[in-house]
Amino acid sequence: MNRITQTFNTLAAANRKALVTYLTAGDPDPETSFAILRAACDAGIDILELGIPFSDPTADGPVIQAASQRALKAGMTLTKTLDLAARLRKEVDTPIMLFGYYNPLFKYGLERLAKEASAAGVDGLLVVDLPPEEAGPLKAALVGTDLQLVFLVAPTTRPDRVQMIAQETGGFLYLITRAGTTGEGGLDVEVIRKHAAEVKAVSPLPVCLGFGIRNGQDAQKLAPMADGIIVGSALVNVIAHAPAAPDLPERMAAKIRDLRNGLDRA
Amino acid sequence: MTSPNSTPLIGQYPDASGHFGPYGGRFVGETLMTALLDVEAAWNEAKNDPAFLSDFRAMLRDYAGRPTPLDCADRLSDHIGGARIWLKREDCTHTGAHKINNVVGQGLLARRMGKKRVIAETGAGQHGVATATIAARFGFECKVFMGTEDIRRQAPNVHRMELLGTDVIPVTSGTATLKDAMNEALRYWSGTSADTFYVIGTVSGPHPYPEMVRDFQRVIGDEARAQFLEKCSQLPDLLVACVGGGSNAMGLFYPFLDDPCEMIGAEAAGDGLDTPRHAASIVGGTPGELHGALTYLLQNDEGQIHEAWSISAGLDYPGVGPEHALLHDLKRVTYEGVTDREALDAFQLLCQFEGIIPALESAHALAAAIREARKRPKDQTILVNLSGRGDKDLDHVGQVLEKFRSQNSEFRMGSEQ
Ligand SMILES: Cc1ncc(COP(=O)(O)O)c(C=O)c1O
Repeated sequence: MNRITQTFNTLAAANRKALVTYLTAGDPDPETSFAILRAACDAGIDILELGIPFSDPTADGPVIQAASQRALKAGMTLTKTLDLAARLRKEVDTPIMLFGYYNPLFKYGLERLAKEASAAGVDGLLVVDLPPEEAGPLKAALVGTDLQLVFLVAPTTRPDRVQMIAQETGGFLYLITRAGTTGEGGLDVEVIRKHAAEVKAVSPLPVCLGFGIRNGQDAQKLAPMADGIIVGSALVNVIAHAPAAPDLPERMAAKIRDLRNGLDRA
Repeated sequence: MTSPNSTPLIGQYPDASGHFGPYGGRFVGETLMTALLDVEAAWNEAKNDPAFLSDFRAMLRDYAGRPTPLDCADRLSDHIGGARIWLKREDCTHTGAHKINNVVGQGLLARRMGKKRVIAETGAGQHGVATATIAARFGFECKVFMGTEDIRRQAPNVHRMELLGTDVIPVTSGTATLKDAMNEALRYWSGTSADTFYVIGTVSGPHPYPEMVRDFQRVIGDEARAQFLEKCSQLPDLLVACVGGGSNAMGLFYPFLDDPCEMIGAEAAGDGLDTPRHAASIVGGTPGELHGALTYLLQNDEGQIHEAWSISAGLDYPGVGPEHALLHDLKRVTYEGVTDREALDAFQLLCQFEGIIPALESAHALAAAIREARKRPKDQTILVNLSGRGDKDLDHVGQVLEKFRSQNSEFRMGSEQ
């Protein structure tokens, strides 16, 4: 069974919520990135979203834009991202999703990507600027692999589209908490509660909430509304604030334990 | 090629999902999908509404100053000594470039949709000025995103936008030019689409923009075709336009696509196509997806977008409208590079022989036309889209000419190389 699906089954049986974390591959450099990712997996995350750096991340706020820039400067590529995933897979069972923009994947070749991601032990893909309407070629390339293709629903998505996306998505449904780009804060808990209930009512798969979640407190507030939460910028900021700190893996682990504790209190 | 494709092209593209053959489409984050579906629905209604079309035509006439003249560049043609060069004078419009046609259309659409704010990206500042202009005219709040590098190169246009009441937002991310301004506009829009309309300045971006902007700009070609037939009793042999995102070129070419006219799109070759410093996405790029559409891009093997380079801020974009990608693949239009140096020569020739100061962007089209005119007999005709006037470029041209002169004492003002 696909590791993402299996993880949600196990969590549901234990009545727990999923902690899904985004980190940009190669940030601040490929070696440190590996150590940080390794520490994150040990600190209690459930699913890892491994960001493929891109020169023009139009859906991201300043924090993740800067992470992409740091990684690209340090020589990160899609090939090296796949290597990083394969190295992690040798050491951990955490589900790994590749998370990125369409152009680097398109340029790499969708068939080749599907084959190599599978071989690296990757479990899913999320392509920010690829709505279901344009996903035909990628879906075709994924046939015969065990990779799940995750789609997103936004606060602006109308009900008929929510239904369509809920049918199309694989693994889980990513529900964006607020309009705008990625970044910390800006959450309106009551608006999210209502939207999450509407979306959960039509989604056959688990629903996870992402964008704007900063800490354990936010996690605790939002977790009851869905099956899991997704945290990105708040983690990337641990790196941004001290990219040269020798104890980055420990700092990341501490941040993740805060989020985990918040979730488990919910 | 001198004859068109046997299958007609007008009215065939894009298909219902916004694709031009393998190009185009709508590649955006889900947060923007609803905004785009709304623009598409409003556009599909408006384009068949006689009242909307009549408002559009009236405003182009009374506000933008259309029709623009079709003008024979006799002295320049004599000087070159080959085919006759005709100019479609978009430089004569209000605000001084073809960009006004598109913003009048999108402004009317934004008003129809009840939006209170418009945003735009700009490179040369021409589209920013045009958007600021209709924002003032319609009473919209207006924000224009502009790379800090372009703010430096196009200072007079920054001043114009500010006078018109627009908030010019400096963009420092990435390469601080047009592509980054577009990134930033998309990001801003994804947080504000409920009350904000994004006025994209060229035939790129996600569906329905490439189609919509082309249809607003085709007035250039529709007018030119009728004017040319009236003055010459025949069609031009060759059409030439510069291609940044490609809106003035699509505007001129589109009504002629099924006619037996050759077409050349002049891309900015910067320091030369054999250097990394150019902005020629079709002749020097490969297929990929940027800003919502599949098209030709300047990118590396890993799909990271390259910095574009051109003396002309309005051509300094690493992508191109998806319909051009298709017309290139179909071999209906020939795309060629024009270097900074060639564009500067053409710029000076038009000043000296016709008393017209062209935009640096338009000077690229002119340079490609001059190259062709030399090769062709005197009974052939070339129609050039003079997409804008060059007042905005005077300081920059002065500096660059000075630099060229000091680097190369043999470089003469107005010399033809
Ligand atoms: C005068 C002029 N011509 C051409 C362009 C290039 O745009 P497009 O290729 O969309 O016509 C610009 C862009 O700013 C411009 O100002």
